[in-house]
Amino acid sequence: MTLFIEQCLNGLQFGLLLFLLAAGLTLVFGIMDLVNLAHGSLYMIGAYFAATFAVWTGNFVLGAVLALAATLVVGMAVEVIAMRRLYGRDHLDHVLGTYGLILFFDELVRVIWGPEGLSLSLPSWLNTSVQILPGVNYSAYRLAIIAVTMVVAGFLYVLVMRTRIGMLIRAGASNREMVGALGVNIKLLYTLVFGLGAALAGLAGLMQAPILTVQIGMGENILILAFVITVIGGIGSIRGALVAAIFVGFVDTLGRAFFPDLLRLMLSKDAASTAAPALSSMLIYLLMAIVLVVKPEGLFSTGQK
Amino acid sequence: MSEPKNNPMLQVSHLAKRFEGIVATDDLVLNVEAGELHAVIGPNGAGKTTLIAQLSGQLAPDSGHIVFAGQDITQLPMYRRSALGLARSFQITSLFLDLSVLDNVALAVQAHAGHSFRFWRDARSEPQLREPARALLARVGLGARADQPASLLSHGEHRQLELAMALAGQPCMLLLDEPMAGLGPEESARMVEMLRALKRDLTILLVEHDMEAVFALADRITVLVYGRVVATGVPEDIRANAQVREAYLGEQEAGHV
Amino acid sequence: MTGGFTIRNIVTVALLVALVLLPLYAELAGQRFLLTLFTRIIILALAAVSLNLILGYGGMMSFGHAAYIGIGGYAVGMLAHEGIFSGFVQWPVALLASALFALVIGALSLRTRGVYFIMITLAFAQMAYYIVAGLARYGGDDGLTIYKRSQFVAPLDLSNKVQFYYVCLALLYGSIYLVWRLVNSRFGMVIQGSRSNDMRMRAIGFPTYRYKLVCFVIAGTLCGLAGALLANHTDFVSPGILYWTRSGDLIIMVVLGGMASAVGPLFGAVALLVLEEALPFVIKLLGTPFFGEAAARASEYWQIIMGPLLLLVVLFARGGIMGLLAKVRAKERA
Repeated sequence: MTLFIEQCLNGLQFGLLLFLLAAGLTLVFGIMDLVNLAHGSLYMIGAYFAATFAVWTGNFVLGAVLALAATLVVGMAVEVIAMRRLYGRDHLDHVLGTYGLILFFDELVRVIWGPEGLSLSLPSWLNTSVQILPGVNYSAYRLAIIAVTMVVAGFLYVLVMRTRIGMLIRAGASNREMVGALGVNIKLLYTLVFGLGAALAGLAGLMQAPILTVQIGMGENILILAFVITVIGGIGSIRGALVAAIFVGFVDTLGRAFFPDLLRLMLSKDAASTAAPALSSMLIYLLMAIVLVVKPEGLFSTGQK
Repeated sequence: MSEPKNNPMLQVSHLAKRFEGIVATDDLVLNVEAGELHAVIGPNGAGKTTLIAQLSGQLAPDSGHIVFAGQDITQLPMYRRSALGLARSFQITSLFLDLSVLDNVALAVQAHAGHSFRFWRDARSEPQLREPARALLARVGLGARADQPASLLSHGEHRQLELAMALAGQPCMLLLDEPMAGLGPEESARMVEMLRALKRDLTILLVEHDMEAVFALADRITVLVYGRVVATGVPEDIRANAQVREAYLGEQEAGHV
Repeated sequence: MTGGFTIRNIVTVALLVALVLLPLYAELAGQRFLLTLFTRIIILALAAVSLNLILGYGGMMSFGHAAYIGIGGYAVGMLAHEGIFSGFVQWPVALLASALFALVIGALSLRTRGVYFIMITLAFAQMAYYIVAGLARYGGDDGLTIYKRSQFVAPLDLSNKVQFYYVCLALLYGSIYLVWRLVNSRFGMVIQGSRSNDMRMRAIGFPTYRYKLVCFVIAGTLCGLAGALLANHTDFVSPGILYWTRSGDLIIMVVLGGMASAVGPLFGAVALLVLEEALPFVIKLLGTPFFGEAAARASEYWQIIMGPLLLLVVLFARGGIMGLLAKVRAKERA
């Protein structure tokens, strides 16, 4: 039971983290109609920055804040230098161009930080566990991640639904020319939106850094999960991204934790242990396939694309 | 309202369609005789395009019946209607811009030549596809441009190409959705000539804003207002009809009629 | 591939002939590594040719094409691991498995279009990656060594490098011809029409979903063949061969060569892989006089140039190599 609660919380934490990535992806796609494969690279860069700045400053939180700011800057620079030239072009152009950026960033990281991964250790006040229920302890750091992502999700909701910028973002998604005609600086708006997406990816990366090894290619695996979430949730929908991300987080985490045992009940022990790793990693894709059969445009599609 | 005389090609009875409470087609009755060019006119929002969409099978009506050449087609999907000989052109030009002009028409011919799971023979050298396609292009006056990419044609020529594609299935009736829209005076005149030539062999239902073209071509005219038929008759009667003048022609009287 | 002595056709024929003569040159010049390199290029070109069928001609932006290389490769590897070495069993199984996977993935993903299609094909290919990485019996993450190449009848011996090279080359040329016939047939016209304007195709009476699905399955099967060849070439299969960057490389080959041109992907594959081999040398050669040792170190990081290079190709040379060659011809006439 304890294990189950713990795994549920892990699933929630992972799901919320995925939401940060998927939200950025879906915002950039919904507004600029841009498919950004290099989104995962920004996640990786956030993690590398965090690992570096935390050591430099000797302070985990300060390092994280600096890393976040740095990823934002990198994101905006990428938008100004490269992405801007891809707007309005074919999706194939987006795929190729941003794929080129992945190669570039992976190699750049190799040049700067070397091929070995980094690790980031937590300060002692986060590296403990907290009693959340009688007899159930849970990692303080993971709880912190849950809290931070929930705050960010709330912030995004308010930003998109309640503010002037959010209104522009939503208007931009449906009518580019109109926003332009209103005298809003579209270029700046796009740069800001892309920067926001980058910062969200960076935040996800830097928060994952103490849990995983910081390494080249870390962004690519998680990017595909973010794609799965976007497909399930419906492109352009922040709400869809949130629901789908938590769902995928749960299914993936609980699937990996309990699916092998479940399989063992049905198959022989040998067959189960052979099939389990392959099958449990398939679960979320099966989920996606089911959604595609039932609702090809995603569960919360905004219906405009 | 005039009664069908001898040989109705298309009979529409009590057709109705609503969109979220807005009435687009309201108890609409329409008869098109074989061999006539029947024009449907009406102010913006009269439900002309909705009517075409229901006739072609793009939209399903809420109630009513559509009988084409003696067969009830109300429930048939688009491609079945097209197979029966009811072809339509699109208001917004929708072509294969990166293929040649001839390829565009050849594809339309191919669509009516059975299934296309033929993997080996070069379709571009099949006389069964290319010859009818060339003939159709000649018929609409594009014979000389057959081998150019469709993207190089002018707007007016796109309309001509669109017409050639609609004719590819050897239809007995054409639904034309504003074929003059966006054409210059010269192109319009050419299109009127072409339709005049076509109407000898085909039954045509023409939805059009250009009153000059309508009165020059139509055998009979139906006037729609808010999805309802206000009047149907020969052009002189429509011109003289007080109700039509009030509802529709009044605003344009000075200019066009 | 229209007739006549255009620059484009001359260059194409020259490349096709050069590939036939390559083993001779490699032998005479004593550069055996060329044979290995070009066997690899030819196999990946075959995969790119199959991708071009759906991407270039059909407008289906599949980002999961490497999955079929993996399935074809693993079919050969797994059968060999179980002691079945006959190519008459291995290869049909490889093709059938790829076709089946393409049928399922295609049936699902062709229900969507545009960006969804890109993401879904990518995700399903990644699923295939995780599945083979989870196959502990067949090496899991570490991959699977193949101790004996596919066995065919007597004179044909795939472990003979020159013979194997010609088998691959013949299959590549055969596939190029097959694709060329296919895209110009009635079926191909439907596929190209659907790339151009899918909605209109449906309006004039083509159930395009069926045609696209058949096309998707043909492309997957052909790519499965490339996988079977690759497994024989490297005597080894690992999840790496179906990692998603592999799909990215295939897209690059198609675009670099020139989309919707039957031989374009071959040019793209040669260009990309030769560039990969040569770029480190070029950096070293050009850089050493100016930067000394630093240039040698920089040459290890050639991808830092490759990435932006791709971006530039996308921005300024979308016609690819075939497009450039066509332009040369146009200028000459002018």
